[in-house]
Amino acid sequence: MSDGVGEAILEAIDIHRSYGRGSSRFEALKGVSLRIDEGESVAIVGKSGSGKSTLMHLLALLDQPDDGALRIDGVDSSQLSARQLNRMRNQDFGFVFQQFFLTPNATVLDNVVLPLKIAGVSRRERKVRGMAVLTQLEMADKAKSKAVNLSGGQKQRVVIARALVNNPRVIFADEPTGNLDTGTGRLVEDILFSLNKEYGMTLVVVTHDSELAARCDRQLFIRDGRAVPATAISGAPA
Amino acid sequence: MNAANILTAAIANSLRSKLRTVLTVVAIVIGAFTLTITSAIGTGVSNYIETQIGAFGAKDVLSVTKATDDTGQGDEGPAPYDPDDAIVGAGFAQFDAEALTEEDLAAIRAVEGIVDVSAVQQVNPRYAEYDGHGKFILGVNDSATLTTPDLSAGAPLDNSGGEPQILLVTSYVDALGFADEQAAIGKTIQIGVVDYLGEMHEVNATVAGIQNETILATGAALNQALLDELHTTQSVGRPQSASEGAILATARFDANATDEQVDDIQTALAGKGFAAATVADQIGIIQTVVDAIVALLNAFAVIALIAAGFGIINTLLMSVQERTREIGLMKAMGMGAGRIYALFSAEAVFIGFLGSVLGAGAAIAVGTAANGLLAGTFLADLEGLQVLRFEVAPVATIILIVMAIAFLAGTLPARRAARQNPIEALRYE
Ligand SMILES: Nc1ncnc2c1ncn2[C@@H]1O[C@H](COP(=O)(O)OP(=O)(O)OP(=O)(O)O)[C@@H](O)[C@H]1O
Ligand SMILES: [Mg+2]
Repeated sequence: MSDGVGEAILEAIDIHRSYGRGSSRFEALKGVSLRIDEGESVAIVGKSGSGKSTLMHLLALLDQPDDGALRIDGVDSSQLSARQLNRMRNQDFGFVFQQFFLTPNATVLDNVVLPLKIAGVSRRERKVRGMAVLTQLEMADKAKSKAVNLSGGQKQRVVIARALVNNPRVIFADEPTGNLDTGTGRLVEDILFSLNKEYGMTLVVVTHDSELAARCDRQLFIRDGRAVPATAISGAPA
Repeated sequence: MNAANILTAAIANSLRSKLRTVLTVVAIVIGAFTLTITSAIGTGVSNYIETQIGAFGAKDVLSVTKATDDTGQGDEGPAPYDPDDAIVGAGFAQFDAEALTEEDLAAIRAVEGIVDVSAVQQVNPRYAEYDGHGKFILGVNDSATLTTPDLSAGAPLDNSGGEPQILLVTSYVDALGFADEQAAIGKTIQIGVVDYLGEMHEVNATVAGIQNETILATGAALNQALLDELHTTQSVGRPQSASEGAILATARFDANATDEQVDDIQTALAGKGFAAATVADQIGIIQTVVDAIVALLNAFAVIALIAAGFGIINTLLMSVQERTREIGLMKAMGMGAGRIYALFSAEAVFIGFLGSVLGAGAAIAVGTAANGLLAGTFLADLEGLQVLRFEVAPVATIILIVMAIAFLAGTLPARRAARQNPIEALRYE
């Protein structure tokens, strides 16, 4: 799959993941292999329940596969210590989860700078960087509001700001535009793709939106826990 | 995830964190308040008892009486009448005790380990008066020579000098007409005493000091010179045949005697028909009662503490549950398990600190107010008794103990938080 765009930043080799035990055991991923190069934008597309989020969590080192291997910058993830994994998720990755996961009673700014706080960045720098990214998402005027008082679209933009605030190498976004109107959705997409183009930030986007999927360099189609060719998905973007 | 969990999370979410923290703190405040109050009562009462014990300073003295059957009807039936047994009259009649004869004193002195024996002289002064300001009945502490007084002004008695001296209790200062305690020191007062023929005499005495009334030593203390003078005066006209009739003798033993040696002396005296008690024996009874009360109060405090501990565990578990997603998010964003653990432990300790400081502060405020109220009303007679006594060390200990309990209570929820799998936590609804 190497197309010469860059070095492989993430590589999954025949990964399996199942949930539950005994009779309730359910295999969500049945052997998926994929390679994502530095600076690429990849869309993970598939029906609900096909295993997209599961795959994204594994790629983001939030979870361990039952079988198969994951490589980050060529290093097997099982070789990394908990500390190294934490550092990598904190410094190199940005997350947009399928739900917002905002702390309702904290301010928008406090929510956005959480990764910096974990990294131990000073209060002053946190504020500067937090405000910068909020301005970028046209949310600066809401910085002091409590997260609970935002509209759905505003919350989504806060979540994206939080994912960008640490200038990550890779952004993992689970339905980043799912809750946004077309206009705001467009804004978010433009920001993500401009970062991808200008700074070579790698994008891993889980989406139902065929338009968003089409804007990515590459699409990975998932059905019932397996990667399938584009033609196997009815109504998939060409 | 079961229905109960969903319910708890829903309740916790509806309460929001501020109210939750307040409620946790209130639970701890109640525990810390109770603890501080009970410990202050314990300290206050034992402190008082200790001061009282200080009033009985003599550690090398036995008070000796004749051992008698209280009712005259012992296990062996009625005691035979003995015409030689003189019953002492006057103020000691109610004790129904036998007088000590010269032979008795000699017998006591003969006991191995006894250094010296003296009969306690009984004097019965009728009144005290200062400078014509009016006569007041004078109560005397017969065993005053054995005690260290709880002085509030002046100096202790001089028992070797020839000047008759007296230590008045505080309530006499006003009554006798002194401006204040200091004004009474060094003044001469008149003490009225009746001789054997019923005639009133006045004896002069110098006020050496003013003492607080104690539960173990009530009445004025007189020095040897004054005792001798009063005794001489009241014996005027006494027929030769009349028995002098001291019922109490004080026997000194070596101040370095071990407990066993003192036990041996007491056993030897008992063998000869005397009852001998050290000051410690007499106070021991009171101390035992006080110890039991303090132990009871401590038991209540411990119960309050345990309840508060469970309160902390419960609320923190609720907090962890409420913040499951937040914890999951922080872990996903690279926060280590150790730091999550520390975060929750620190929160627990802080809640404990807040609760204990507020509780102890409230207890000190309420206790101080209660002290003033009690001292002014029905405890007015017990001078020097501060029922609630707040000292830095016990209060600081309570705060530290509550914080330690909060930390311990926090370990379970904190561990639960630290162990959470970020993906599972983020799935939590
Ligand atoms: N912790 C879990 N326990 C049991 N089953 C799980 C768990 N997590 C996921 N699954 C199951 O694994 C399958 C894949 O789930 P996943 O969340 O990856 O789907 P998805 O493709 O992201 O779907 P959607 O588009 O609806 O978000 C689903 O059938 C889901 O029920
Ligand atoms: Mg999903």
